[in-house]
Amino acid sequence: MAILSKDEAQTILKKVLSFSTADECEATLNGNTGGNVRSARNTISTAGASENVALAVQARFGKRSGTATCNEFDEASLRRCVQRAEEIARLAPESPEYVPLLGPQTYLASPGSFAQRTAAITPDYRAEQIGASMALCEQKKLSSAGFFNDSAGFVAKRNSKGLEAYQQVSSVDFSITVRTADGTGSGYAIANYTDLAKFDAARLTRVAADKAASSVGAKAIEPGKYTVILEPAAAIDLLNNMMGAMDARNADEGRSFLSKKGGGNKKGEKVFDERVTIYSDPTNPDVPDLTFANDGRPQQKVTWVEKGIVKNLYTSRFWAQKSGVPDIPPPGGWIMQGGTQSTAELIKGTAKGILVTRLYYIRAVDPQTLLYTGLTRDGTFYIENGVIKFPVKNFRFNESPVIMLNNLEALGKPVRLNGSLVPPLKIRDFTFTSLSDAV
Amino acid sequence: MKRRDFVGLTGLATGALFLPSFPSVGGILVDPARLLEPGLDVAQKKRLADVGLNAAKSAGASYADVRIGRYLNQSIFTREKQVQGIASTESFGCGIRVIANGTWGFASTNNVTDAGIAKAAQLAVQIAKANSKVQKEKVQLAPQRGYGEVSWKAPIQTNAFEVPIKDKVDLLLGVNAKALDLGVSFVNSILSQVNEQKYFASTDGSYIDQDIHRIYPSFGVTAIDRASGKFRSRQALSSPVGMGYEYLTPKAADKVAGPAGSDIIGYKNSYDMLEDVAAAAKQVKQKLTAKSVVPGKYDLVLDPHHLGLTIHESVGHPLELDRVLGYEANYAGTSFATLEWKAKGIPYGSKQVNIVADKVTPGTLGAVGYDDEGVKTKRWDLIKEGRLVDYEKIRDQAHMVGQKESDGCCYSQSWQDVQFQRMPNVSLQPGKDRLSVDELVSKVDKGIYIAGNGSFSIDQQRYNFQFGGQVFYAIEKGKITEMLEDVAYQANTQEFWNSCAATCDERDFRFFGAFNDGKGQPSQSSAVSHGSATTRFNGVNVINTARKIG
Repeated sequence: MAILSKDEAQTILKKVLSFSTADECEATLNGNTGGNVRSARNTISTAGASENVALAVQARFGKRSGTATCNEFDEASLRRCVQRAEEIARLAPESPEYVPLLGPQTYLASPGSFAQRTAAITPDYRAEQIGASMALCEQKKLSSAGFFNDSAGFVAKRNSKGLEAYQQVSSVDFSITVRTADGTGSGYAIANYTDLAKFDAARLTRVAADKAASSVGAKAIEPGKYTVILEPAAAIDLLNNMMGAMDARNADEGRSFLSKKGGGNKKGEKVFDERVTIYSDPTNPDVPDLTFANDGRPQQKVTWVEKGIVKNLYTSRFWAQKSGVPDIPPPGGWIMQGGTQSTAELIKGTAKGILVTRLYYIRAVDPQTLLYTGLTRDGTFYIENGVIKFPVKNFRFNESPVIMLNNLEALGKPVRLNGSLVPPLKIRDFTFTSLSDAV
Repeated sequence: MKRRDFVGLTGLATGALFLPSFPSVGGILVDPARLLEPGLDVAQKKRLADVGLNAAKSAGASYADVRIGRYLNQSIFTREKQVQGIASTESFGCGIRVIANGTWGFASTNNVTDAGIAKAAQLAVQIAKANSKVQKEKVQLAPQRGYGEVSWKAPIQTNAFEVPIKDKVDLLLGVNAKALDLGVSFVNSILSQVNEQKYFASTDGSYIDQDIHRIYPSFGVTAIDRASGKFRSRQALSSPVGMGYEYLTPKAADKVAGPAGSDIIGYKNSYDMLEDVAAAAKQVKQKLTAKSVVPGKYDLVLDPHHLGLTIHESVGHPLELDRVLGYEANYAGTSFATLEWKAKGIPYGSKQVNIVADKVTPGTLGAVGYDDEGVKTKRWDLIKEGRLVDYEKIRDQAHMVGQKESDGCCYSQSWQDVQFQRMPNVSLQPGKDRLSVDELVSKVDKGIYIAGNGSFSIDQQRYNFQFGGQVFYAIEKGKITEMLEDVAYQANTQEFWNSCAATCDERDFRFFGAFNDGKGQPSQSSAVSHGSATTRFNGVNVINTARKIG
């Protein structure tokens, strides 16, 4: 039941729309099935499974809108859901930011966004994978804590203006932290795939285990400005935060790092190093994504930053109409263009620097400059003359991704993480402000 | 793809216009009137719970608990002169946790019928048995007597769900109007309300019915200087609380003035939203031109609304026993305060530092009668005169520290998620000697007074932290002199708590709340309060956070 076919989903949605008396009506079905298992201290801690399908109905009378949801699909329940949405709409205040529902749209195809193998994962499979990972660590007298999570589902949409959308999606996420028995070394690995076929728990466990063993005996070095190599798992959160701040309205309103002195935004301006190019493409075979946004707008290939110049900001439909700018929804994932070098090759080309595996507890300090603070974690190493010399104690950083992407030394080959393609980044003058005793 | 991923970034742009398509935590959007309808009666819940317990036992479980939950939420969002969204959600279902072959298993269903519950119980046992094949440490539960059929209700005066939406909208739009009248560029305000109607039954013989309420009013104002391109914001000094709508009826006795010259008002058991937004509007404009701090060592005077979050991060989290034992190593992290560290008797803080955990203080976010594994709640010492004396623990952890009972810290955010160890209220006790805020400040030669919580970050073992705030004032020779900006302090947990020099008396004591504390994989949210009085810490490292990005 959790993964309805296109015909099954649209049949329900057509019926829902037929019950509506509102001026406009839009219905969305979202279903998923999945499970997870968690380990720590080389043993299982918790595990669970869930399955759900939910219908959301948005009804509109003039500029008033109401939404209701349900998860029962007999005719009476569907009727009740529509009626409830209409009742809420009648009670709602008029929205000064009303825009009509979208009409028929053309969406790109992205068939790789769903893999049947992922949808077919069983509790036994999860136990086997996490069990094999734990056994590998036990053999090496290391302690592992891991998390395996899988989800498969669909999104379907239809409205009274003729919009129709359907797509299936799936994902597998695995992360593991491996620590030495005495707690003086720690390593980490993380991966995310659409298709289970690409998943390899043993490879990821070995990466984390190697980092744990080699991070024992970390030396304290003075905080300050250093050349760093941020592995993709360390780079992604700062970049994600930056992409999440590329909203046109906030910039136009004067409260964004992309706001311009005196008014307006920095679209068209060079804000980053010229090697920085970031785009989104829901059909990319490495990061296939939904080809429609939450509100039904098509997701297409969009260039956000090209050669350091801000090319596009995303916007709500209301703000696009009001300000006369292209109507572009925020992306799901994003792709940052990189080079051909692996992290290991970036290390070889570094005279002095610090390799960072992961950043943790990242919080905004100043939205004006996009300054963030946080800490390194689970494998921080000193590099000299192209080789890793020794592990170093963790640091707190205070740095802005905007400053970071102006201090770019090199980009490596992008890898998939959390639905985006992220290159390892070599950055000069990255600001570490204090030491942490944490391992 | 998980539902939250689909909403993800797209929610930022669309959420401002209409209601989001899907609410958080699996609730379904409903007519607000439905939130006033009674749920299943207790007899029905007991009968259904017994179906689950019996099905689990028949499938091979040695222990089982059933939680039938109805979780109601209502949030109202506004900006400037308009309502952005009103979301009323209801989430109803049943979660079943079992032990089979010495291993935990969990499954949940929104099909709250005999057949649905029995099927979920069987799936939970199937998962436990699958995982038992790779299990190394069998689950050991601390003994727990059954309480029979009991109930507990939060002692609220006015159920916030019974207050007409119009009244709530009028309050928020009134707050916005006041801020705009006073010249801010932008204002957002929000009111969130939660009602958890939870029924718990276990094979120990407990049948516990509970009714829990939480409310959180908040706002943010932003001032922009277009010419310079500079902007600053100030968030509300309200706290989420375990109360009803009575929290929003201000009482003079609940207002606590900050030090002379600071223009800060703190709030105890009621909140004056209009008064606070007026202060915020004035302060946010001052922030635009306030002096940028000179970095260095300062004596810090921290108000309870600020200090609550520092307590949360540097005491509440490191003393969670699951972190201490390594169960959160892959996500939230572990803790410096290991069992070995505790055994050495190293001072956690100065003699001033007495920190207590509790799940019983009326009006707090942590207060419940029983936790989510059927343990009656209590109050206990964590740190006494600077020494660590105990942790926060649940039934399957007690034996690992040689104890025989749980502290009642088990919680799940919904029927859909498995319960696990969460933080209780953790509070710094007020000073025993009479000491006012002005008296405290008068003894500081070079310091900074910080009100409200801002940016916060701490490492995965809880050593190194950095905190910002909402409003900062310089203290020179015992007096507040001027407002400062770009302030953050960095410290090591033990050094910080050992630098604790004095804390005001109980007249200044009040609770700060964390409404959405995240932990676990998949991540779950919980709410918790932290009490303290204004407190002084000597010689803390302050950094300047101003940067230029061209």
